[in-house]
Amino acid sequence: MSNDVLVVAEIRDGALKKISLEMLGEGRNIADQLGGDVQAVALGHGVADVATTLAHYGAQKIFVADDPSLENYTAEGYTNVLANLVKQTRPALVLLGATTAGKDLAPRLAARLAVGLASDCTGFAVQDGEVLMTRPIYAGKAIATIKEAGRPYMATIRPNIFAAPEADTSRAAEVENIPADAGEIRAKVLEMIMEAGERVELTEADIVVSGGRGLKAPEHFALIEELADVLGAAVGASRATVDAGWKDHSYQVGQTGKVVTPTLYIACGISGAIQHLAGMKTSKYIVAVNKDPEAPIFKVADYGIVGDLFKVVPVLAEEFKKMKAEG
Amino acid sequence: MHIVICVKQVPDTETKIRVKDGQLDHSETKYVVNPYDEYAIEEGLRIKETLGEGKITLVSTGPERAKDALKSGLAVGADEAIHLLDKAFEGSDPYATALILSKALQKLDYDIVFCGKQGVDEDHAQVGIILAELLDIPHVSVVTELEISDDVRSVVTHREVEGGHAVVETSLPVVITAQKGLNEPRYASIKGIMAVKKKVIPEWNAAEIGVEENAVGVESARITFTEVTLPPDRAGCRVFDEDPAQDAAKVAHLLRDEAKIL
Repeated sequence: MSNDVLVVAEIRDGALKKISLEMLGEGRNIADQLGGDVQAVALGHGVADVATTLAHYGAQKIFVADDPSLENYTAEGYTNVLANLVKQTRPALVLLGATTAGKDLAPRLAARLAVGLASDCTGFAVQDGEVLMTRPIYAGKAIATIKEAGRPYMATIRPNIFAAPEADTSRAAEVENIPADAGEIRAKVLEMIMEAGERVELTEADIVVSGGRGLKAPEHFALIEELADVLGAAVGASRATVDAGWKDHSYQVGQTGKVVTPTLYIACGISGAIQHLAGMKTSKYIVAVNKDPEAPIFKVADYGIVGDLFKVVPVLAEEFKKMKAEG
Repeated sequence: MHIVICVKQVPDTETKIRVKDGQLDHSETKYVVNPYDEYAIEEGLRIKETLGEGKITLVSTGPERAKDALKSGLAVGADEAIHLLDKAFEGSDPYATALILSKALQKLDYDIVFCGKQGVDEDHAQVGIILAELLDIPHVSVVTELEISDDVRSVVTHREVEGGHAVVETSLPVVITAQKGLNEPRYASIKGIMAVKKKVIPEWNAAEIGVEENAVGVESARITFTEVTLPPDRAGCRVFDEDPAQDAAKVAHLLRDEAKIL
């Protein structure tokens, strides 16, 4: 059993996703405390190039499983390849992203290895050679510290929590090609349907602008979108607007929607039901715009504007546009 | 077509979470059917209606009160319910919970197993997927759309991914974990509620499903909560309530100068 940390890199359209870098950064911290190396594994087809980047961001050894059968992520194919690797290299800790792929893969892999898994972690500590994880439960209404019974420890890491390390282009690492046989895949990906538009995805966004019932009508989401476009932000929605059919569920922020942790969250016309607060409370800065000075959203906000969002939001967009023009 | 739906009873999302001596305090908690399980139940009912045949069985492992969750599912139209109840099951982690469910499922002839994508209590989002692995069948998680093939031997599903959907086809049997958006769950009729009031729900214990007592429950736990705390309070809000336009301009500048946004 080694003291190494194995990061399962996530690749989209041939490039590393930001979460992969965040995992390398935190993986490095943990590996230092355990006295091991941080390693990475890349699965896919035509992914050899990412090995160089993984080395730049600190991976000391890189495993590559390159095969057409791994081109699309499948839980079965990726579990087959990773379970073999983990059984052979016996890392102390396996890290995956708490993304739609990582959250789908990690439980299957943990079950195959018959070990525990801490989901959606936001903190790690090493005590007497043991890795302890912290993670939100009840959508962030409480924080649990998790102890896993045996090695390898496994965890998925919430995006946007840990800083990506600085790249050092002089760094190189050993690359090992590993058997890339996906085996039998019963649940097959027929196609990927991606939404049009360039807007950044909610859970990965650095800034989120959300709208609620205060918008009064679905077409007024245009105001939210305009502000989001100026800031390069993702658009979110309250449960009330989703339940009313104004926005698709994929936009919902909160306990039965997405949990987001951006640097800046701007809530417009959202009163701040407990379910909504659970989904955005850990944002670094929160701005609330609401007519009702008693709205619970102000309890979690850093900056609160009590006023008509139809007057406030366009000015915010205008001011940010000016600032951007000024540089 | 036999559809099995795994149901969990969880604290109502309106519940204020309390912590006592470093662990959760549920003394004042009101319990409901896990919201994601409601989509799972509804999808089962719709499949049965579409096919014009089939049986829906609910299973739940949880304390005595979990029977209420099973009754809620029966009230909207599930055919049968089984309560997996044993002192040895208490304190099971996601792996042990999936193990209990897998042992019960091995006694049933199942075609599709539905779970909610996660319990809105501990938010592990693991049980359905571990269950599929233990049963050695495929799974599709966070499903928002599902269609059964004409020969009733496979399904085509949409699962949510960042910025879109993956269209996934799989043979049966399969474990599907339900995401919000899959359907609009129906409400129970008064008649449905009255009909299940006195219904006796069969209980299966560890011996009946053939699970070793030390393979489940607290002792078996692969993950343990050593401590639960409440999140720190936020710093407090600076309120601007004079002129909307001027307030907005002020806040925009504070975000640039103090928060270093942009």
